[in-house]
Amino acid sequence: MRIIQSSEVAKRVIAKESLFILDVRNETAFEDWKIEGEQVRHLNVPYFDLLDGIEEIEDQLPKDEEILVVCAKEGSSVMVAEILEEEGYSVGYLSGGMKAWSEYLEPVKIADLKSGGELYQFVRLGKGCLSYMVISGGEAAIIDATRMTDVFMDFATERGVKITNVLDTHLHADHISGGRQIALATGATYWLPPKDAVEVIFEYAALEGDTSIQIGDTKIDIQALYSPGHTIGSTSFIVDDSYLMTGDILFIDSIGRPDLAGLAEDWVGDLRESLYSRYKELSGELTVLPAHFMIIDELNEDGSVSEKLGVLYKQNHGLNIEDEKEFRELVTGNLPPQPNAYQEIRQMNMGKIQPDEETQREMEIGPNRCAVR
Amino acid sequence: MIQSDNVLDAKGLACPMPIVKTRKMMKEMEDGQVLEVQSTDSGTTADLQAWAESVGHQYVGNVKEADVWSHFVRKAGQEDQSQKEYPVTVDNNELLAQLQHPDTVLVDVREEAEYAFAHIPGALSIPLGQLDERMADLSKDKKFFVVCRTGNRSDMACRKLVAKGFENVTNVIPGMSKWNGEIENTVGGMNK
Repeated sequence: MRIIQSSEVAKRVIAKESLFILDVRNETAFEDWKIEGEQVRHLNVPYFDLLDGIEEIEDQLPKDEEILVVCAKEGSSVMVAEILEEEGYSVGYLSGGMKAWSEYLEPVKIADLKSGGELYQFVRLGKGCLSYMVISGGEAAIIDATRMTDVFMDFATERGVKITNVLDTHLHADHISGGRQIALATGATYWLPPKDAVEVIFEYAALEGDTSIQIGDTKIDIQALYSPGHTIGSTSFIVDDSYLMTGDILFIDSIGRPDLAGLAEDWVGDLRESLYSRYKELSGELTVLPAHFMIIDELNEDGSVSEKLGVLYKQNHGLNIEDEKEFRELVTGNLPPQPNAYQEIRQMNMGKIQPDEETQREMEIGPNRCAVR
Repeated sequence: MIQSDNVLDAKGLACPMPIVKTRKMMKEMEDGQVLEVQSTDSGTTADLQAWAESVGHQYVGNVKEADVWSHFVRKAGQEDQSQKEYPVTVDNNELLAQLQHPDTVLVDVREEAEYAFAHIPGALSIPLGQLDERMADLSKDKKFFVVCRTGNRSDMACRKLVAKGFENVTNVIPGMSKWNGEIENTVGGMNK
């Protein structure tokens, strides 16, 4: 029996390799979220239906390929994998279960910057979150960090760079930000848009339009562009004159939803203004780097999530709704369910509550739901 | 304190053990009995409900105190499948109208745990197994309506009452499983 790490699963998903998953969580948990991939096939049978053996599902299991058994935290998948192994199947289980999968970040290099630095994207496949690290001249900036702060700090240490600036494009509602923790641990400056930060109880540097932040000797410019709509403070960044970090305003195949921090009706006008005026004035050659992806199809061949702004103006449905009333209807009617525990997540990102790690994990369970398509 | 016939201490155990042990203990219990499962693993709630549904047991509800959940599961009993024989019946809507009547007494013959999580306000709790001994407390002048989850246990209760000389006895069909009216919860936990 093989113990299979999330990093291996991530590489196989990105490479579009065939993968057979026996997911032994209960049906509700499975329907809510699962490991997605173009060549991933699933069989969902709860572990408690397999306690008497696997005879009833044998005709649905592949004989000539490894079966990856997955559960919530690992325990049940080990038990089921043992049964399968006894029956002669080639089998492995996901180390740490879906909990580990939700926390795994795959670093993907986006580019060498023209002014001499590097830009990395951290793809959280299990939850659809995207974080970034800009490295230049021995310094690093991190944008929209997730709560797995060690991953970012270890990455910086391995490259011998010092984290000097940590930024969040907005106050997140779907996942817990690691921004403040990284800033506390490294002495870096933590930047937040002040309009999203009126209730935060810690000190931060106010990130407002036309602010520029320098990273390293090579002076990589992070230029803030106020773009409200998902939240009232949502701010986009232009890095090295080439990359547009859109936060949760614009995604590859969808646009941000305006209802997680207030009233959709109030912010729909801001969202339209940001997408249909402010971004439109920017160069179509900018590469859009969002804070999330929604479906696995949004991944490029190398696992990254990015596209030219000009291409998105041609292909993203949310950018091509001429009629304002229709646009309003799309982003305020038929909204997907709100993310799990999003109110508590906002409270935590404001510093108002400090639940333990296990509770934080549970708060983040489930798929990302920041977009409307 | 919610009554149960058996208690399983699964505190500190991780998945899959709470379900594995629950399953084993339920096998040794009698039909209709209620098991309390104490667990500290947050995943147990959803799994226990899903498991109970898949094997036909009844997940009654849970209460949480400190970091311990107490789940109540009732073993699916023969009486749940038996034929209804008692001829005098009303449906849930008719019962609602009858509840206004001052002489009406509504007797809920489900287990105490089932009653605790959700019952019709004013209903008198007498689990079927205690009916024989507690019947003496009931006045034969009243109009009795008997309710359970699906109408089967109450069918048996009606026959017992009539055999002991109660004249005005009516079975409520289907009962609590389809009850849409007002509900009272005396334990504060969540019911299924």
